[in-house]
This record gives sequence, C-alpha cells and structure tokens, in this order.
Amino acid sequence: MPAIESRPVAAEAAATGSASGRTGGPAGAPRRPLAPRPRFSRAHLREWAWGYAMIAPLFVGLVLFYLWPIVQSAYFSFTEWGAFGGQEWVGFKNYSAFMSDPQLPRAAWNTVKYALIILAGIPISIVFAALLNQVHGKYATLYRILYFLPVVSMPAAVAMVWRWLYNGDYGLINYLLSLVGIHGPHWVSDGRYTVYALGVVGIWSSLGYNMIIFAAGLKNIPRQYYEASSLDGAGRVRQFFSVTLPLLSPSIFFVSVLSVIGGLQMFDLVLMMLGKTNPALADSKTIAYLFYEDAFITNNQGLAAAIAVVLTLVLLALTALQFRLQKRWVHYG
Amino acid sequence: MGDAGSGSTLIRQRLWPVHVILAVGAAAMVTPFLWQLITSLQSTSESTSVPPHFLPSWKWGNYSQVFHDTPFADQFWNSVVQTVVRVLAQVLFCSMAAYAFARLKFPGRNALFLLMLAVLMVPSQVYLLPQYQLVQNLGLLNTLSGVVLPGLFSAFGTFMLRQFFLSLPNEVEEAARLDGAGTFRIFWSVMLPLAKPGLISMGVLTVLWSWNDLLWPLVVVNNDTKMPLTVGLATLQGEHLTEYPLLMAGSLLASLPMILLFLAAQRRITEGIALTGTK
Repeated sequence: MPAIESRPVAAEAAATGSASGRTGGPAGAPRRPLAPRPRFSRAHLREWAWGYAMIAPLFVGLVLFYLWPIVQSAYFSFTEWGAFGGQEWVGFKNYSAFMSDPQLPRAAWNTVKYALIILAGIPISIVFAALLNQVHGKYATLYRILYFLPVVSMPAAVAMVWRWLYNGDYGLINYLLSLVGIHGPHWVSDGRYTVYALGVVGIWSSLGYNMIIFAAGLKNIPRQYYEASSLDGAGRVRQFFSVTLPLLSPSIFFVSVLSVIGGLQMFDLVLMMLGKTNPALADSKTIAYLFYEDAFITNNQGLAAAIAVVLTLVLLALTALQFRLQKRWVHYG
Repeated sequence: MGDAGSGSTLIRQRLWPVHVILAVGAAAMVTPFLWQLITSLQSTSESTSVPPHFLPSWKWGNYSQVFHDTPFADQFWNSVVQTVVRVLAQVLFCSMAAYAFARLKFPGRNALFLLMLAVLMVPSQVYLLPQYQLVQNLGLLNTLSGVVLPGLFSAFGTFMLRQFFLSLPNEVEEAARLDGAGTFRIFWSVMLPLAKPGLISMGVLTVLWSWNDLLWPLVVVNNDTKMPLTVGLATLQGEHLTEYPLLMAGSLLASLPMILLFLAAQRRITEGIALTGTK
C-alpha cells in the first residue's frame, strides 16, 4: 500500500508546495515534502476499502455475466466447436463463412431497411410531441397515457395482436383497406411486405417513448426565442424550422442513436410476428435473427460469435460516425 | 407555440386542430388494444367472420380457457418471481455501486466505471452465448434461477443511479460524517432515503424490462412450467395458431400488469424516461 499511497501525496505536495511555502508554512522551514494530510491516513484507506466493497457485488456479476463473456465471444468467433465440446482454433474461417453466407445480403438489407423505417418515425414523434406540448391539464395526461401504452406493453403480446391485425383473410387492416377498394396482401406471410409491416409496428411501439424525450426537450427551449422570432415576423412553420428543430437537435441526436442501435438489433418482432415456420421468414430474417439461429438452433456457435462481433463493430462504428457528424447539426445550449 | 396568454378563447379556437390531430393519432395508438379486447371476448368463428364483428359477445370463458389449456398461472408466477427478484437485487447492487462511483474516492474508480460502460456499448448478442454456457455449467438450464441470474446485475441501472447521486447536495452527507457516521451508515440511512425518487424510477424501468424480456428466457428454458409469460406466449401462439380469441385473451392478460403499473406510476415513468434523455 505505501508505494501506491506515496504517489498522490508527492503529487499533492508538488502542486501545493510553492503556494503553501509562501502563505501557510512558517518562514525558513526546511523544504521537505509536507507531512501526509489526514485524508491519506487510515480514514482514507477505509474509504478505499468501502469503495471496493460496495462495487464488489455488482462487479462479480458484471464480470461473470457480461465482461468476461465479451472476451469469450471474441475468442469463440475464431474457433469451431466439436460435437462433444472443446474448441478448435480456425482463424477467420467463421468470418469468411458469415461473409459468404447466401442469407447475408438479404438479412443485412432487411436490417438496414428496418433501422431506416424506425428513423423515419422520428419526424412523426417530433410533430406529435410539439402538438402535445400545446395541450395542458387532463387532456395532456390522457394523450400521454394513450400514446405511451404500446411502450409498456409486452413486445411478445404486441406482436401477437399485430399479427392478428395484419391477418390476410380476417385481419382488421385488410378489412379497412377493402372499404376503400384495396385488396390487402398477407402482410406477415408474404416476404415482399413483412419488413414494412414490422417497421410500422416498430414505429407504433417507440412513438410514445420518443415523444416523451422530445416533449421534455421542447419544454427546455426558452420562450424568448419564439418571442424574438415572431417579432421578426416568422410564422409558426418558419419558427418550427428555424427555432424548434435546431434547439431540439440534442434530443433528436439522442433518439436517433438509440433508434439505430435498436433497429439494427431487430429480433423480437421477427420471431414473434412471423414464427419459425412462416414461409416469409427466409425473406424477412435480420442479422440478429441469423445470430439466434446459428447460436441456438443449428448450434453453430463459432459462426454465431462471429456475427455478434461483426454486429458490435458495425454498431460501434455507426455510433462513432453519428457522434462525429453531430458537430455539423447538433446545437448544444 | 409562443403565444399563450393572449386570451383563452383565442387559444381554444387555435387548439382545436391540435386536439383533432392528437385524437386521431391516439385512436390509431389504441385501436390494436381495443381490437385485442374485442376479439378476446368473441368465439373463434365470430373472430374469423367476414366482414368482422365489431362487438364483443362477452365470452369470458376464453380467459379461463387460457388458464386451463396452458400453464398460464405457472408462467405468470414465474414472471412475477423473475421480476421481483431482479428488481430487488438491482436496486441493492446498483445503488451500492452507484454511491461508490459517485461519492467515494478509490484508486481505479474511473477505469472501473469505464469498464462498466463497456457493457452498455455492446449488443446483447455478444454475451448471450457465454452466459448460456455459464448457466449450463452451473446446472441451471431450464430453471427459474437460470432465467433470473444475469438480470440481477445492471450496468444501466448503476449508471442511472450514479447520475442521480451526483445531483444530490453534499451538505447532508458532510453533516452526517461530522456526527461520526461511517460510510455504510451514511449510504444506508442518509443517502438511500434521499435517492428514493431515483430508485423508484430505476426500479420501475427494471420491472418493465424484466417483465417483457424475451430472448434470454427463450434460450434458457423450454419447459412449459418453468418459463415466464413472454416465452409462454410464443408457445401458446405455436400451439393455438388460429384460435385468435384465446391468443388475444392470453396476450392481454400478459400485458395487463405493466399497463396497470404504468397507469399507477405514469408520472414517475415518463419523468424517469425524460431524465435518461436529457443527461
């Protein structure tokens, strides 16, 4: 311990030495490092001990179930698993198998489309948040509750309900379409429509969440900006684009980062709305679905680990890119 | 939006288009739930009639049939246990670690904090397989303990509570320290009570996440009576593919606890979420 302890003391002494030499210390005192102050004493050590003790339960769990598994997955992605356990190092074989998987282009494109559809939900939620902020009292509470209900509902249950709404023969949606003369398709069993059908559910599920974030962001915009711009003769639409949007950009940034992360991991809806035997499944798989199949159905764990690693790298790269680009369009304060 | 205060009638006149749009949107948001409720109270043949029946025929029997045909009660109980245990553990573990990260000084604190944030940066697919193996090695596949275990620890909850502890004033803590209270005493009887709003927000978000969690229980359990409702619904759907009233009754029952929780803690939940968006 003393070796670690002496370093901050020395640094402290070096930093404060000159000042205390002039003001605090008695004139002509020998220039030696100051005696350790009480906070590096036993009380200080006790604080360290408490610090470690209080994070220990969490970190035991995090290391066992999250941190070490990240390392393991990275390692697994370079191995192949024998039928009776035991792994063999195979280099980049899993990665090249993934890259040459005939399902990959379709799954990647579905994943991107799905993320884009979720992003397209952002303008809708901004408009509704702006409208919601104009309403007060019990109506505001009622609207907030109704728009937020899908967010708290179990996704597995939501998927079942939408699957029923989308039903090609008896579904409510196709019935409503038939009223205006449109013969609706089998939304969730025809591969041409599934991604869009699921995308609509994705927007519906996240609209309430996004609205809450945007409504909070809108409340933080100072009134004076609107007063100033209406003195300058700006109309409401003009105000929305020149005041609201720029000042809301931090919230927009936050929601788009989350949307991209969530959209690219799209899995629950594919599984629950299509089901494992759906003829449209082959056309509707996402990257996360490929991972699930390889990891837990076809037991191709090395390949699954490689997919997880690639997915992580893509997510990190996209998030980093978004953080870089934000300088161009996000205005803080 | 800047012209409030220029006379309430004027505002009301201007607000009616706003109400119309919001009401139409709200109707679109709620229709799936209403349709779920209506179908759940019809017979199978009514639900598949063309054109559709728009009124329920009050077949409450569908709800009891869900309990009769599937181990719904077991699964409901599993979801409750899974959620309660995870919330209690997370509140305890996360608040302790969050307090240490926010208020105590110890070597390596920042590095450990960054390490924890790394968990938040990677998608769940990365740790899923090794978690599965670990649970398998512990002999906990197909058990409720296996389902619950990884969710006892949360980097997100710790991060959220740390932000909350950072926003609390220092004075109370200092006063308690001068009175001779030890670190854990201060944490337990001074800081935790002060952090109650943060703990409740975090707890409610954990309840929501845990109740609705699908992927992990899906891979860990395949025994009907050991699985939570999320996986149970997937099974129900597989077995009663076209009995829509039954499926709607089951899915409504599964969602209901969270809807009730939301109605009860509406303000707390929306404020908690707004908080995560502004930090």
